[in-house]
Amino acid sequence: MPIVVSAENLTKRYGDLVAVDGINFSVEQGECFGFLGPNGAGKTTTIKMIQCVSPKTSGKLEVLGMDVDLYPKEIKRNLGVVPQENNLDPDFTVYENLMVYSRYFSIPKNEAKERIEKLLRFMQLEEKRDAIIERLSGGMKRRLILARALLNEPKILILDEPTVGLDPQARHLIWDRIRSLKKEGVTTILTTHYMEEASQLCDRLVIMDYGKILVEGRPEDLVREQIGTSILETKANPEVLSCLQKMKQEFEIVGDTIHIFTDSPSI
Amino acid sequence: MASYLKFPKVSNWAWKVWMRDWNVFMKTYRVNFILPFLEPILYLLALGFGLGGFVGPIDGIPYAVFLAPGLISISIMNSAFFECTYGSYVRMYYQKTFDAIIATPLNLDEVIAGEIFWGATRSFINASFMLIVVIAFGLVSLPMALIIIPFSFIAGLLFSALAMCFTSISPNINALNYPIFLLITPMFLFSGTFFPISALPQPIQYASFATLPLVHVVEISRALTLGRWSDLLPLNLIWIIIVSFLLFVISINLMKRRLIA
Ligand SMILES: Nc1ncnc2c1ncn2[C@@H]1O[C@H](COP(=O)(O)OP(=O)(O)OP(=O)(O)O)[C@@H](O)[C@H]1O
Ligand SMILES: [Mg+2]
Repeated sequence: MPIVVSAENLTKRYGDLVAVDGINFSVEQGECFGFLGPNGAGKTTTIKMIQCVSPKTSGKLEVLGMDVDLYPKEIKRNLGVVPQENNLDPDFTVYENLMVYSRYFSIPKNEAKERIEKLLRFMQLEEKRDAIIERLSGGMKRRLILARALLNEPKILILDEPTVGLDPQARHLIWDRIRSLKKEGVTTILTTHYMEEASQLCDRLVIMDYGKILVEGRPEDLVREQIGTSILETKANPEVLSCLQKMKQEFEIVGDTIHIFTDSPSI
Repeated sequence: MASYLKFPKVSNWAWKVWMRDWNVFMKTYRVNFILPFLEPILYLLALGFGLGGFVGPIDGIPYAVFLAPGLISISIMNSAFFECTYGSYVRMYYQKTFDAIIATPLNLDEVIAGEIFWGATRSFINASFMLIVVIAFGLVSLPMALIIIPFSFIAGLLFSALAMCFTSISPNINALNYPIFLLITPMFLFSGTFFPISALPQPIQYASFATLPLVHVVEISRALTLGRWSDLLPLNLIWIIIVSFLLFVISINLMKRRLIA
């Protein structure tokens, strides 16, 4: 499969802070590629460089075979972006948001109308077409942003934490849509905090922290290598804790529950 | 310094940004078209006719006739300046509209250019409405006064580009009060709007000519509404065009520094 995004030694500095520290990766056409990592890892910074809205400090970055510094307009024409922070236009309704956005891509009006109808249906937003943005739920806003990102029929779909802050149902709806786009052959790049989201959607992913890529691989391999295949959840009480410590078993404490990482949960 | 004079990359796609602002404006067109009528009528009644009764003619011109082009000039200044300070700041910072647009093939240069052209359009709209009012009151000489209509767009560019410079350096929306109190209010009072500049001491007159944009706008507007040519007018126009252009370039570079880290 041809490479659609390739980064070599890609670096981004904000003053003294190195937000992205010489990373290498490449994304193949048609795959879903993920960046997994905690807050401040450098995921959004990487995405913004791919998007041609934030200039890289050094290294090489090509999108669809074009240098990001030289061909931003041509690259952006082929990208669809779901940003981490919602930036729908509160001065317009749902329908108007899509219509105005389609102009930025110079999509002819009749064509735009057809695409908007299709996307409203695809994202289950038909009843909300005349609603103002303020009145939408968080999930609807995310769906609308995804619809907006698809207006220009992008070759690469970029999703920066697409399901952040959504309830499980809203999250599954978005996941479902991303999967069906993937079936249509859209290349997807996504960032997330959640291993679950990454393993649901990604063919390959990298784990980032402090601006560096720690590991790269297929989600199921990473889960097995890094944290075991299963997580056991149990109430945190002193007996369990001391037992785990004696067994030298890996675990973490989240609130009043313990997560135990293991290859054989039956023990 | 040279980096602030880097020539922006603006294509005609900037009009897409202008169109966005126009579409929003037209959603509430009733308010937007009625209010510009109201303000000049109030000013004319209070100052032109009320105060004017005590003031007497200036250079043989009745006070209301003297005042009319001053009011039009103030409206040109205010509409562009407020649009590209508060209006643009809200779109930039709170609504993230600029972020949304630069994710499309448009670049930031085009977004800012579109905003500045839109600010000038607000001047054009408001000045045109005020012109109708002062024509109705019989305060201007026709047809020369009609040149105010295209002129208001050019003068609007001056103030929207100036405003955009302040927007780009304001750490928060309240900081926009500084240019409004320290620059716009003095200009409003001392640019030959309510009394001729010649009433001020000579050094202040020169300083006003050199530094206050509104002075040049008032000079030209007054010449147009009185139907009186003056040999200084080309100079006023050239000042406006050069300064607008410089501020346009500088504001785009300042915005890039602010938004593209
Ligand atoms: N415009 C900026 N100016 C200065 N520093 C920045 C800027 N944007 C990001 N940073 C810094 O760069 C680092 C990486 O931030 P980034 O937003 O890429 O992280 P992230 O992985 O997307 O985190 P999150 O999961 O919280 O979204 C952080 O330390 C952040 O403070
Ligand atoms: Mg982020």
